[in-house]
Amino acid sequence: MSPSASVHSAIEPAETPLTPESWGKLGMWIFLAGDAVGFGVLLASYGGMRATSADWPNPYDVLGINLTAAMTFLLICSSVTMVKALEWLGGGDRTKCRMFLFFTALGGAIFVCCQAYEWSKLIHEGLHINGNPWGASLFGTSFFLITGFHGLHVTGGVIYLVSIIRYVTNRPSPAASYNAVEITGLYWHFVDLVWIMVFTFMYLI
Amino acid sequence: MAGAEHKHPNYMAIFWYLAILTAIEIAVIYAPLPKVTIVVLLCGLALGKAALVAMYFMHLRFETRTLGLVAITPLMIATLLVFLLLPDGLAVAKRTVGVKAAVSAPAKH
Repeated sequence: MSPSASVHSAIEPAETPLTPESWGKLGMWIFLAGDAVGFGVLLASYGGMRATSADWPNPYDVLGINLTAAMTFLLICSSVTMVKALEWLGGGDRTKCRMFLFFTALGGAIFVCCQAYEWSKLIHEGLHINGNPWGASLFGTSFFLITGFHGLHVTGGVIYLVSIIRYVTNRPSPAASYNAVEITGLYWHFVDLVWIMVFTFMYLI
Repeated sequence: MAGAEHKHPNYMAIFWYLAILTAIEIAVIYAPLPKVTIVVLLCGLALGKAALVAMYFMHLRFETRTLGLVAITPLMIATLLVFLLLPDGLAVAKRTVGVKAAVSAPAKH
């Protein structure tokens, strides 16, 4: 690569009118829109299967909501710590930003552990991916597919957060990592937003 | 424009709104209301919570309107998909009414 090209490769060629801060932010929004279509299709299909099934179990009776209500609260708390991390970084305090990013990652890790506990408990009670004692076998299939897909997103988010803590540490100034932290926040809040929908449609209704 | 910052709304207020809406959701499922009312209320509360997260935590309120359209497109596609599935679902539901009645009724020998 020529010296001129190597210099300009580090500079974004033009601003996007949608997200003037960075192209990365627009990229994350487009990725999230695509991912949201994936979750939308899963939840719409779940609704279709449930509406047409003769013996769909009542999710509230089988799954219980005490643990998942606590998990929902945990994800909401982790979203708050995420925005607080961004706020502190905007104020120039990298140490507090890293601390709140760590709390966010910790919240996500606890969420995944709770989900693993919930899955093992339900499997022990007889809920399997190909059948269950309460009714339609697709109940277990859709439950494990949708909550598992979301759980993978949370796991990916925790890894993303840990790597961004390292990124914030290594950048020369707090302002240099602001966009990266904001983009990470978009992903994390999306995971929270999807769980709000999953909790409502798969546990409460 | 690297490092450009957004306005920061009162995040703790949003947190309390979300916590209160979650508590209301749980209260709704215990309320002595018809199933249809409960479903409509829960859908409304979930959309309200999702809107709060998107508007304030994801800062969509401070972004351009076009980006808002990008964000809301998946919701429109999912809603469209529900309506696409609806005719097929209703037809199958009509055929399975008898099966549902047989499942819920005690077996007579």
